[in-house]
Amino acid sequence: MKAERCVELTVLDLVPFGQTGSQPLFYALRLSSPDWQQWAPGQFVMVRPFSFGLEIPWARPLGICHLDERHLICFFQVLGRGTRRLAQAKSGDKVLVWGPLGNGFAMEENTPTLLLAGGMGIAPFVGYVHRHPQPWNLTMLFGHRPPLDCYPVDSINERITMDTLRETIPGDLDNLIFSLEERIKDNAEQNGLVLACGPMPFLRTVHGFVVKYKARAQLSLENRMACGVGACLGCVTKVRSNSSKEEGYQQVCTRGPVFWASDLVLE
Amino acid sequence: MDLHVTLHGQRHSLELKNPVLTASGTFGYGAEFSAYGNLSSLGGFIVKGLSLEPRQGNRTPRIVETTAGMLNAVGLQNDGAEYFLSKTLPRLPWQHTAVIANIYAASVEEFASLAARLDTDVRISALEVNISCPNVKCGGVLFGQDPDLAAEVTRAVCEHAPHKHVMVKLSPNVTDIKAIARAVEAAGADSISCINTLQGMSIDYRTRRPRLANIIGGLSGPAIKPVALRCVWQVASSVKIPVIGVGGICCCEDILEFIIAGASAVEIGTANFMDPRASFSMVQDLPRLCEECGITSLQELRGSLKLDEV
Ligand SMILES: Cc1cc2nc3c(=O)[nH]c(=O)nc-3n(C[C@H](O)[C@H](O)[C@H](O)COP(=O)(O)OP(=O)(O)OC[C@H]3O[C@@H](n4cnc5c(N)ncnc54)[C@H](O)[C@@H]3O)c2cc1C
Ligand SMILES: Cc1cc2nc3c(=O)[nH]c(=O)nc-3n(C[C@H](O)[C@H](O)[C@H](O)COP(=O)(O)O)c2cc1C
Ligand code: FES
Repeated sequence: MKAERCVELTVLDLVPFGQTGSQPLFYALRLSSPDWQQWAPGQFVMVRPFSFGLEIPWARPLGICHLDERHLICFFQVLGRGTRRLAQAKSGDKVLVWGPLGNGFAMEENTPTLLLAGGMGIAPFVGYVHRHPQPWNLTMLFGHRPPLDCYPVDSINERITMDTLRETIPGDLDNLIFSLEERIKDNAEQNGLVLACGPMPFLRTVHGFVVKYKARAQLSLENRMACGVGACLGCVTKVRSNSSKEEGYQQVCTRGPVFWASDLVLE
Repeated sequence: MDLHVTLHGQRHSLELKNPVLTASGTFGYGAEFSAYGNLSSLGGFIVKGLSLEPRQGNRTPRIVETTAGMLNAVGLQNDGAEYFLSKTLPRLPWQHTAVIANIYAASVEEFASLAARLDTDVRISALEVNISCPNVKCGGVLFGQDPDLAAEVTRAVCEHAPHKHVMVKLSPNVTDIKAIARAVEAAGADSISCINTLQGMSIDYRTRRPRLANIIGGLSGPAIKPVALRCVWQVASSVKIPVIGVGGICCCEDILEFIIAGASAVEIGTANFMDPRASFSMVQDLPRLCEECGITSLQELRGSLKLDEV
């Protein structure tokens, strides 16, 4: 039988990450497994707990961190009303999940690859680092504000060395920007590959340096999504087609979320 | 149970294998949902609004979630009629279910050219005319907000699409929807779909900015269902042509309510975003619910709203 792309899954458990007081804001969500044979790191799922009812209409896009025949694991941070309600899930609760969606990151075995993550942008790299056949070609820079133990860093640390930069005072941001520039410049000189995921200001900074040093780079965008399947045209981003130089909007959910930096016109 | 529906138009009738259609702009061109169900099982699908020329659409953010609904200001991004006919349509299961083209234009003349272009294509079962758009020649007043303008557009489309069932989609953003309905009926419309989105707005109090780049947008989803039901009931009570109910429909129970209010068929919109299987599930579940409720014919249910005698 053909695997169902939209399935009702069961919450196995919800594990808080890090010490963020009585109301944890970071979680690993473990769901029963959908029968999907294939997925690529950078792809995502739309997650809609039954508890959203009619009140919260849209599912929330979350990166796939791990998927096998036992379970599907996502990491998420509580931001607004949807993730707040998701954080109240109990083992046994039902969620509607559709995916795997989007394209995923390029994986080139022998290319020196620089992973740049800002905050929860680290999520897709958990799977990426595990899937990469030659992890010694990977280096990573991770910028974050909350403490490091809020993020799923252990499984990444097992396989590659990761440099982390925590932003606590405004001066730290300059450090992060400086390091980003240095690393991107280095990578471009080695004719490597840069992969970035994080909030928009972070991606804009990365995009600026990527253009400056002509690095080969892919950025994963986090746009608001309603459908996740390319139908609503709500999640679009402006893209310049290489052949015609024409600009137009493309769906982040189906044509992305990962785009070559050279195609993106960040507004 | 036989779910077959005939929309008896004044000019042309439209046969549907069941009353469940998908609403324009919420189902892409169908193919986006083919991984989630059998497109051919639907009563039909209404494709994303088509214009004569390609349109880029509005700036982003274009969508925002609200309580039990959403606002959109997509700005009718589409590849244009030519691209649709040559590239998209051949891949749709038009032999097995009704493909309805939703059309949009900025002037009566443009509506006429677009209707003429689509009229000769046998793969298209009907045209749904979106009159919730500004008339650039009349200072931007919406065609759908003025009975004369609405009638003029309807007449132009009917005249230039002599082979097609013409469905006119009404805007709820009007003082008297019955007057608009009667005007388009008199102008030749074969059926009326209602409602399009309600104008709305969302503000972020922290940044003091609107959440949509376009400032205002169209509200859809479960939040608008009561408004849609009211409009369907008022329209169905004032015209003889069939009415297609749209607005906030999320389950089969909702469908029955619209039929009782007077709808012959329904369109599923925002619910497709809440669950990509939604429309397919409703087609499947409808016979069971009817059976449970002792309903043997949709035709008999239609407009069966019980009112106290006064
Ligand atoms: C492809 C993709 C992968 C993602 N992967 C992860 C992940 O693995 N872990 C994680 O914690 N977060 C991830 N995000 C971001 C996550 O989807 C948002 O943080 C979340 O939707 C916020 O919902 P909310 O209910 O907390 O916020 P609200 O403010 O209540 O949300 C309102 C609406 O805006 C949308 N929205 C708000 N913030 C964002 C944002 N930053 N990005 C996208 N949509 C947003 C929501 O989805 C919702 O539709 C991803 C986003 C995308 C597009
Ligand atoms: C994202 C989006 C895009 C839409 N695009 C169109 C369109 O192109 N043409 C049109 O006539 N209606 C369009 N609509 C309106 C819907 O077809 C429908 O009338 C409306 O959403 C109400 O139904 P619902 O509450 O079930 O979504 C759009 C709605 C949404 C949410
Ligand atoms: S989320 Fe609907 S088109 Fe991308």
